[in-house]
This record gives sequence, structure tokens and C-alpha cells, in this order.
Amino acid sequence: MLHEPSAEIGTDKAAPKKAKLGVIMFVIYTIVYAGFVVIGLTVPEIMGLPLIGEQNIAIVYGFGLIVLAIIMGFIYNYFCTKYEDKLNNN
Amino acid sequence: MIYEVSNLAIIIFLFIVGLVLGLSFYFARKTKSASSYYAAGGKIHWGVNGIAFAGDYLSAASFLGICGMIAFSGYDGFLYSIGYLAGWVVALFLVAEPLKKLGKYTFTDALDSRFNSKAIKLAASISTLIVSVFYLIPQMVGAGDLVVPLLGLPHWMGVVIVGSIVILIVATAGMTSTTYVQFIKGGLLVFFSTILTIYILNNGLSLHPNKDYHQFDQVEAVVTNDTVVTINDASYTMGNTVVADQKVFVKLEKDGYGLWYKLTEMNGRTLLTESLSTTDLANGEKLFNGAPKSEKKFFQVGHLSKIIVDGVEVDSTGPVGPFEFLRLIENSEVVRFSKSFFYDGEDKVTIWSQNPTSGADVMKPGLKFKLSKKSGATFWNKMNFLSLMLALFLGTSALPHILIRYYTVSSPRAARKSTIVAIAAIGFFYILTLYMGLGAMIGGVLDVESSNMSGPLLAKSIGIGLFSIISAIAFATVLGTVSGLIVASSGAIAHDFIDQYLQLNMTDKAKVKAGKFAAIGVGFFAILLGILFKGMNVSFLVGLAFAVAASANLPAILFLLFWKKTTAKGIASSIFVGIVSSIGIILFSPSMYEKYGLFAKDAPIPLDNPGIISIPLAVITLVIVSLLTQKDNSTKNFN
Repeated sequence: MLHEPSAEIGTDKAAPKKAKLGVIMFVIYTIVYAGFVVIGLTVPEIMGLPLIGEQNIAIVYGFGLIVLAIIMGFIYNYFCTKYEDKLNNN
Repeated sequence: MIYEVSNLAIIIFLFIVGLVLGLSFYFARKTKSASSYYAAGGKIHWGVNGIAFAGDYLSAASFLGICGMIAFSGYDGFLYSIGYLAGWVVALFLVAEPLKKLGKYTFTDALDSRFNSKAIKLAASISTLIVSVFYLIPQMVGAGDLVVPLLGLPHWMGVVIVGSIVILIVATAGMTSTTYVQFIKGGLLVFFSTILTIYILNNGLSLHPNKDYHQFDQVEAVVTNDTVVTINDASYTMGNTVVADQKVFVKLEKDGYGLWYKLTEMNGRTLLTESLSTTDLANGEKLFNGAPKSEKKFFQVGHLSKIIVDGVEVDSTGPVGPFEFLRLIENSEVVRFSKSFFYDGEDKVTIWSQNPTSGADVMKPGLKFKLSKKSGATFWNKMNFLSLMLALFLGTSALPHILIRYYTVSSPRAARKSTIVAIAAIGFFYILTLYMGLGAMIGGVLDVESSNMSGPLLAKSIGIGLFSIISAIAFATVLGTVSGLIVASSGAIAHDFIDQYLQLNMTDKAKVKAGKFAAIGVGFFAILLGILFKGMNVSFLVGLAFAVAASANLPAILFLLFWKKTTAKGIASSIFVGIVSSIGIILFSPSMYEKYGLFAKDAPIPLDNPGIISIPLAVITLVIVSLLTQKDNSTKNFN
């Protein structure tokens, strides 16, 4: 028995493009996140070095990861909506 | 810790709990079908759902646990904020939309949508139940911690109150009320945390956190051959000397009270500095700083011992900007309180001794997770850090109570948009956690017995009104999150297991009834666990829930979505291996050994977070079993 979704969803012609974009953005973010973890594991002492505006690498990188997630979320939504409007309306 | 109870606090608390209950009963009247109970009819607006996501996610772990961990361990607590938010990236980019397309009510539906496999139904329902219970423990512990200062009740009563209210909510209303409760609470939490942060910045840094702050005692000591021989103050009588965690503690008696002091070298002088301690006497009595609890000898702590502004030492700074605040703490010296425990004869002594720590160390990773060679980091210390960061990154999109929220909106597009609203709200809140945690660390508000109360106690130092509001919101946070978890658990039992696995062919009405009975059962179980796990940091506990979720569920979800060779047996076996390996490692970890009353160093597995072993193990199992059972897939027709 296959389940129906909770609400009616039509065929989404943009799905493959959105999935591809999702994977690309996921890989980009994962690389940046992994960079933070690798610094922590291999050269943790440099986390305390000043980077921008007398803030150390730990703060700049940590805040950066949070802000980057938000910005990438908006970019992803912008392109997904564009794909959906273009491909599903034709 | 002894807390004074305020009537205002009780009134605000009752008002917010009343509001939550009123809202639940209002929506209860509209809950008639299974779709409405488990998925709010799939009709929630994406904006509301996004903030409700934030409400679900910013649980006791985020507000109580992270603030507490930052207050006690500096930047290492903030690692949780970074990891928790990064996990949403996985949810948004990989999981949100496809999962919305596959499922109906629960995560099991989605996993099983291609296979109709009994093994998946069983594995996924068990996994949902176990992850939910792991996530429930910290919420209940947090609830217990909250009522102690708020209502002056013992910890266990807080757990019972939350459990009872939530059982009432869930057994009546289901997902619609849970969603609106989370929406309101998520919004309020972010708003009042912003106010708290503005207050912290406006106050700036000061050597004197508040007018009632304890003045720590210190006594000159003479040490010969590494033994304290005399003290230069006749008003004290010297008692036993004990070495624990490479520190020397000496018991000094004055005015009939025995207090523990730590031997310290400071500017060429040998001093005994006052510590806080609790003593479990052999006769079962417990002493706080050498006296019964009622004598109120225990006090709140956390202060700066040095503030440097532009190279000059100052007493206070006045209002500071958000970046200046972080920079000033980095240049200052913070007194943290390090916990040790030892036996003095038959008495068990837990001691929190002053540990002046450079601000530069506070503002980078390393105080909790030993990473540098200088701090003596071992291979396993580094594995713990890696394991935690991996579990947080992969755990979010595998949490059942987060996954079911994708079924409350109408379309994959709405699922995506609500995830982005959630990321923005949660990301902003997590930046605030650093300020609230550091504010508590230097604000003289810490309860050494419970790091979880740092945020609310910081609010208390500002005013009883703000404390009451923040605590009541935190309590509502627990209520909402526990409700969501219990809905997810009851879905796993009633929908996935009874209806789908056992195929009892229940009517729609019977499904809702079964769900409510399951909710009551899980609720009682959660109450019991909440009492048993008292005293552990809730964020640490949630880290474990993330590890179990990431091990049991995420490989199954991702391979189902992205690897066509995935088979039903591959998914089911991966879930079982993920559950067993992650829980097995947790049960034999140093933190659990401490919880059992044993020594952490005796734990057979030196890892606190199992993710680094259990996640790859689940992935390998899925790949191998899927490859071995390819003939199962050849009989099925996939799109």
C-alpha cells in the first residue's frame, strides 16, 4: 500500500533541477563546515588568532557559518521558486 | 541552591501555562480525523510552520542547555549552536521537499513509501520511539530544573507537572495545538532573548556582578614537601587534605562550619582559595558549604577577575557594542568554577573550585573539548569533538518531531519556505546564545549544581518580571517540544506499529484513540526518565539524541532519496545497527559511568558522543545489505 501525501501535490517538473541545486549547495556548505572542524582538530591554536575587526577566527568562522546558512537558504529559495514558476507554468 | 519564590513569578507562570492549555483545548474541538491529529490536516501556513519549527527546535537544549554550557565552558557551548544550525542545511537542501512528497503522517511512511516492507515499518517505528525518548529526557530534566527557582518546588515535581500537562495537551489536541503553541512560544523566545542580550550589552563588563555577590575568602598557607603544613590565620582550624584531579583541596573549619579550599599559587604567594562544595554524609544527610540546605550557605557565582580596556585594567566598562563585548571578554580574565569530586572518609564531596581562565581561552574551542597539544588532548578527545560536530550536522534532519512538521504544510514549496523561515529565526537566536551564555558567565548568577539554569538566572538578576517571563517561556518551550515528541512517538506506536505493521485495520477514530493512549504511555515513561537524569546538561543529552537520530535515521533517509540500489532490508538493518551501536556506545561512555556513580576514567569506551563510530557503521550496513539483496528490488517497480 503506497501512501498519499498529506495534501494534493501536482507533478513538479522543477524537482530534478531543484534537487541538483540542493546537492550543490549542500556540498558547498559541507566543505565550509568541514573546514571549521578540521581547524579545530589539527591546528586549534589558530582559532584564537585575530582575523577581522580584532575578532578571532573562532568567532568570525562560527558566526560566518550561521550567517552563511541563512544567506544560502534565501538563495536556494530564490532559484527554486524561479525554476518552479518557469517549468511548471509552461 | 536555595531560591526565594516570587508571587509575580507564579502568576506569570500560571498565565502562560493557562494560555497554552486554553489554546490546546480550543484546537482540540477541531481535531476529529487522524490527518488532523498527526499532521494538523496539512493546512498550516508556511510562515507559521517556520516559526513553529523554530519553537520545536529551540527546545530546552537550546535556551537552557547551550546558554548553560557557554556560561560554564565558553566557546565550546557555542559549538552546539553552530552544529545545530548547520544541521538545518542538510534538512533544507536534501530532505525537506522530497520527504514532503513521500510521506503522509510520519517519517516511517516516507521511508516505506517505495517498499511496503514490514521490516522498515518495524525498524522505523522503533527508531522514532527511541530517538523521541532520548530527546524527551533532556526536556524533562530542563523542566525539573526550571520549577526549582520559579515555583520553589523540588526537581521531580517539575518533571511530573510538565509530563501531566503535556499528556493532557497531546491526549486532547494533537498536532494543530502543538503547532500554534510552538509558533507563539518560538516567537516569544526570540523576542525576549533579544531583550536580554540588549540588557547584557548595555550593562557591559564589571568586576562586581551585583551588590549581593559573594566575597571569596583566601588564606595564606605554608607548604613544605608538597604538603600544607600551616595556615597564617588562627581563626581557622585545618582539617583533611585531599588530592583530586591534580588539585589539592584542604578542609578549613571556622565558626563550626567545614569549608573546602583549593591550594593556589598566585603572584608568588601560596594561597588557599574558597570553593563551593556539597557533601553527601554517610548518614544520608547532604550539606551545602558545610551546612544544611536551610541555612542558605550556598550562593551563585561567576565573575571577571580582570578587565583590560586598551591595555589598561579597569573595574567596569559601561555599555558596549556587540563586537566590542566579545573582544573585551577575550582580553579579560574570567573566574570559572571547575567541578571535582572525591571521598573524605565515608563522605562524598563534590567541589567547585575557582579556576581563573584567560578570556582568550574562553573565546575559542578547548575548555570542554580538549583539542590542543598544550591542553594534553588525546586522540579520543579529538574524536569526541569530531563525533559531536558530525552528529549535530547530520542529526537535525533525522529527528522525528522535526520531520513530522513537513506534513503539516500543504506543499513541498511551503515545506521549503517554512524551513528557510526556521533557519533565519533559529540562526538569529543562536547568535544571541553566545551573548546570553557569556553574560551569565560573568554576571554572578550561576548555580554550580545546574548549568541549565544560567539563562533564566541571568534574567532573574535583571528583574523578577523578566525572569518570570523568560522562565515561563522556557517552560512553555518544554511543553511544546515534549508535545511534539509525544505526537511523534504516539504516531510511531499507533500509526506505524499497530496500524501499518500489525495491520489491525482500525477506523480513523480508533487510530486517533490509539494515538492518544500511546501518548499517555510515552508521557509516563518520559516523567520517569526525567527524574532519573537530573543534574545532566540538557544540551549534552540532546547531543546524544542527535547522535542516535543521525545513526539510525539519516543514512536511511539519504540513501532512499539518492541511491537507487537501496533496498528495504538495507534500510531496516541500517536503522537497527544505528540504534544498537549508538546506544551501546552511550551506555558505556565516560559520562554515563559518572551517572552510574562510577569513575569516568573506568569507562570501557572513551567516547562521549557515539556518532563518529555509529553513523559510518549504519552507512556501511545499508550499503552492504542493499548490495546483497538487490534481487528484492528487481521485483519492484520504481519511478
